[in-house]
Amino acid sequence: MSAPRLDGLTVGDIVAEGEFPLSRDSLVRYAGASGDFNPIHYRDDVAASVGLPGVLAHGMLTMGFAVQPVVDWAGDPARISDYQVKFTRPVVVDAASGATVSVVARVGALTGTTARIDLTVTFDGATVLGKAQVVVALD
Amino acid sequence: MNPELQGRVFPPAPPYLVGREKVRDFARAVFATHPINTDPDAAVAAGHADVVAPPTFPVVIQEHTLAQLLGEPDAGIDFSRVVHGDQRFSYSRPIVAGDELTATLTVTSVKTLGPHAMVTASSEMLDASGAHVVTAISTLVVRGGE
Repeated sequence: MSAPRLDGLTVGDIVAEGEFPLSRDSLVRYAGASGDFNPIHYRDDVAASVGLPGVLAHGMLTMGFAVQPVVDWAGDPARISDYQVKFTRPVVVDAASGATVSVVARVGALTGTTARIDLTVTFDGATVLGKAQVVVALD
Repeated sequence: MNPELQGRVFPPAPPYLVGREKVRDFARAVFATHPINTDPDAAVAAGHADVVAPPTFPVVIQEHTLAQLLGEPDAGIDFSRVVHGDQRFSYSRPIVAGDELTATLTVTSVKTLGPHAMVTASSEMLDASGAHVVTAISTLVVRGGE
């Protein structure tokens, strides 16, 4: 598989997009895989008792899938040298209808050896991650 | 929160052995579809020793070090009031199945903002040869009482 080349990129280009339909099953699966069993991610009664609008997706689940379109674009996860996000808004996952989170990945900055890819991650019309940046090493 | 936590370095957490099936389970949970994450042949063909963990996998190991911080008797951190503020990973190389990683937590910053406190903790993960693999940095916000 061939990696994208730096000289073919321009700041502002959309390089990847993704749609991630989450269900409560997704949250339980992530809890098991990650070891994060905070009950606000699977129990409505606990979420309500601490004043939350509903059961929330783990922030680290959102961070985890939001980078996947960039991994696929880069061709090899080894090209990712840095990844950061701020958690700015929760994703409420309805028991029946779930929640769909959208990701758009754009070139944010270029150096001679790296592309900084900026992620716009939205749910229900609002962004849920801030300063979501992936540094990808490219030739 | 105890401001004297700033600068504290915890003892290394017990070594974490990265299993192939654990990587596959984690990859499935974060919707990772790249064969490098699940197929050893694809990973080897791309130059890796075994299946490659998704970029956020280090959080699994970081959890063990953050548990040290939250469990510290003099930390004064009420876990039920902790909110994850931000997260960063800086990689020297990706984690692959078979890695035995040792993580060491350092509290890099403690700040108070009105009734709230923010603690930034850095978990540096080294492989069995002592080489750096990844550093995971978390800022936790501890909400003040009503």
